[in-house]
This record gives sequence, structure tokens and C-alpha cells, in this order.
Amino acid sequence: MGIEFRDVGKTYPDGTVAVTGFSCSIPSHRTLALVGTSGSGKTTLMRMVNRMVEPTTGTVLIDDRDVHELEKVALRRSIGYVPQAGGLLPHRRVVDNVATVPVLTGTTRRAARTAALQLLELVGLDPALGKRYPAQLSGGQQQRVAVARALAADPNVLLMDEPFGAVDPIVRRDLQDQLVQLQAELGKTIVLVTHDIDEAFKLGDQVVILRTGGIVAQTGTPQEILAAPADDFVRDFVGIGRAERSLQTVDVDGRNIVVDGSGRPVGVLT
Amino acid sequence: MTWLDTNRAYVLDMLVQHVRLAVPAIAISVLVAIVLGRIAWRWPRAGTVVLGIASLLYSVPALPLLIVIPVLLGIPLRSGLTLVVALAVYGTALLAGTAADAFRSVDPRVREAAEAMGYSRTGLFWKVDLPLAVPVLLSGIRVITVSTVSLVTIGALVGIPSLGNLLTDGFQRDIRAEIVVGVLGTMLLAIALDVLLVVAGALLTPWRERRPRRARATTASAVPAVEGAA
Repeated sequence: MGIEFRDVGKTYPDGTVAVTGFSCSIPSHRTLALVGTSGSGKTTLMRMVNRMVEPTTGTVLIDDRDVHELEKVALRRSIGYVPQAGGLLPHRRVVDNVATVPVLTGTTRRAARTAALQLLELVGLDPALGKRYPAQLSGGQQQRVAVARALAADPNVLLMDEPFGAVDPIVRRDLQDQLVQLQAELGKTIVLVTHDIDEAFKLGDQVVILRTGGIVAQTGTPQEILAAPADDFVRDFVGIGRAERSLQTVDVDGRNIVVDGSGRPVGVLT
Repeated sequence: MTWLDTNRAYVLDMLVQHVRLAVPAIAISVLVAIVLGRIAWRWPRAGTVVLGIASLLYSVPALPLLIVIPVLLGIPLRSGLTLVVALAVYGTALLAGTAADAFRSVDPRVREAAEAMGYSRTGLFWKVDLPLAVPVLLSGIRVITVSTVSLVTIGALVGIPSLGNLLTDGFQRDIRAEIVVGVLGTMLLAIALDVLLVVAGALLTPWRERRPRRARATTASAVPAVEGAA
């Protein structure tokens, strides 16, 4: 069950190799974070799940069913999709953006809108914002709408394509916290693409670090990767040597204060 | 103005004829240009050829075209249809490139997200591409509307009645007032249709930020702006 990539590869007609021999599976209700620099094939892999990209070799399975055997449009409607910044329909009001997929699958507009307003609340937005057009919201609000829209048809699977990449760090942290909270409640099977290792560690149950050409550098839980980085590339990528990753405790009046590599206190050990 | 007073019925009749020639020609141009623009957008290589031929057609002089069309289509020379077809050729030639640009103006991030959500190919065209192409498309439609309204007058040279008759007749009989009415009438009609298009455009694209300064202001001021558009 869940999502399984079985030896998938993607070579474009011009000979560009995006992904080679990638295998990985993520159980239901878990989050898989695909992380890597640009050109690492992470987005290509995610897009294979809803057949926005067809692999040239191998298969992708959702709940043991080969996605290639499912009808494209129906498959996509059954999967929640959170695009990068700027993926909302600019000509539709926020409430209609959220109602998009239910309306496509035949729910009446009125029912879909009512549900959409509740979803806005679920992602922490004032339902009154439903009347606005996307351009009238902040970047962070827009991405909340994008998450609400992805959840509208209550899909089992969510695909997230660098969803919080373009918002400022403080808003990004808010959005990530909210997603963690939502996921605890909803338990979706999520494939998240990000170039931010901290985001991958924060949101992913399973993290795949990719290098150029879609080659897996390391797969594991955040703990496993931090505890035993496979090679220098991974060590570099997760920033093992970085000051904020090398923590130690110092005793201050009987309490254990955690300090980073440059001696800056970051917290208290409890 | 005495000439206009005594010939009001005639002028009105010519105005109606003028509209009847211009509006179908514009409508056909828009439809064909959208199809050609879509082809050019979808298949850029074929598009270059299509758009090249289109702009070549625009360079064909009007009078020979008015002779050739009846021969090719087997319709009478003096039929309004001849002029409508000729004007549609010019309109399409002028608009096809803009239509291709209009489809290119649609944000690829929006298209891609829409496709990933499960819009079918036709749904994507009608619900996403076409509405989002409207602003650029409309700018082109405004240009061909004005040019078509003015080009209708040449029909008078081959005996297809329109406000152009006021010009030919006025020149032949040296009635200055008739020429002035013909010129002003044509211009006013062009302006009226242009205003209609601007209004239609505003109704079709309530989502566009018409006052960037206000939209960038605080959230409090953005709410009444939306309600005003609703």
C-alpha cells in the first residue's frame, strides 16, 4: 500500500537523463520528501505519480495499482496537488479555486463552495477571503489556499511541488507548522518536493536526497541521515559541518544549555 | 447640418448596412484568429508558416481582393458577403499573431497546476487558457474593430452600400456635408464599438487589477474593491 516507485527512469527525447533506476516506497499516511538541487529529477519523480510525466522505464504504483493503467484525468482529480507559488487560477475567486476539483467531478457549485469555505478555515484563513481573487492575497495566504484546494476532494494522496519555496522564512515556518498539524489530523500519503533540507527533515517521514540525474544519494528517516550520512555529498547537503547542525550542551547553573557550533545558545535540554 | 436633416433616413440606413458588414467580419476574424493563434501556439513551427501566410494576406490590395473573392467563392460581386469575407481575411491576418501571443501570455505555472488538478484538454482551453487570454486578445480585437469599420467604406467602390456611399456620393456630387457625415459617422461607429469592447472586457475580466496602487495597499481597502466588482 502507499506509493511505490519501481525502478523508474526518465530519459527525454533529446537524450537528457532526468532520473535513472529509482526505487522507493512510502507507506500510506506517511510523507516522502524528495530533496535535491535543481536538475536532480525530484520534480520529475513527483510528476510521475499523477502522470504529468510518463517514465520511460519502470512503474509507479499507488496502492498496488500501476498509475499507467488509470485514466489520466480521473487519476489527477483523485490526487491533491499543491503547486509552487503562482499556481492558483488568477481569474477565479479564492472560494472557486478551492472548489475546483469537486466541481470538475460533478459536485454542485453551491455545495462545493460551502465546503470550500470550511476548508479555508481549516488552513487558517478567514472565510471572508473567499470572495477575493488570488492576486489580492499575500504569497503566504495564496499557498494556504493552494493547500485547501488540494484537500478539497479529500484525496488520499497529496503531491506538493516546492509549495512554500517562494514565501519569506517566517511565513514558511508557519505554513510548515500548519502542514505538520494538518497531517497529524488527516494522515494523507504525501510526496513533497523541496530544495530545502530543513523543510525535508521537518515534514518528511522518509527523506530521499537526490543528486544530478536523479541518482539517489541517500534514503532514510531524517534521524538516519543525520546520524550516518552516506557520503561527502550528503554530509555537505545536510550541512553536517554547519554551525547550526553541530550542537553541544554546556552546563549553566545546573541546566543543560544547547549551543551550536559557534557557541550560540539555541535552547535548553529538558 | 441641413443635409443631414433631410437625409436622416438614408444615413441611418447606410449606418445599419455598415454595422451589418463590419460586425460579422469582426466576429469571423476573431473566431478564425483564435483557431490559427491556438495552432501557432501549440505547434510553433507550423505556426510560423501560418502566421507568415496570414501577414502576407494582409498585404494583398483591397480592390483586387474584392474581385477575386466572388470568383473563388462563386458569389455575386456586389453581395455584402464578398466584403465580409474580404474584411474577415484582413481582420484574421491582423489578429492571428496577437491571438498566438494571447495564449503565450497565459502563465505556464497556472496551466500546469490546472492540468495537474485534472482539467481535461478541452476544459483547460475553455476554462483556463481562453479566459486568461482575454486581456491580450481584446487589445487585438480593438485594433481590428476600428480598422474593419473604416475598411467597410471601400465596399462603396464596388457597389456594396455602407457609410462609404456617403463618401463616394459626396465626392461625385460635391456635397461637402455628406462627406463630413460619412467620415464622422464612420469614426463615431468605430469609437462606439471600441467602447463596447472595453466594457465587455471589463465585465469578462473582473479579476484583473485595474488600480494597482489600491491593490497593493492594505488588506482593508482591497475588500470593498472586490465587492464593487461583484
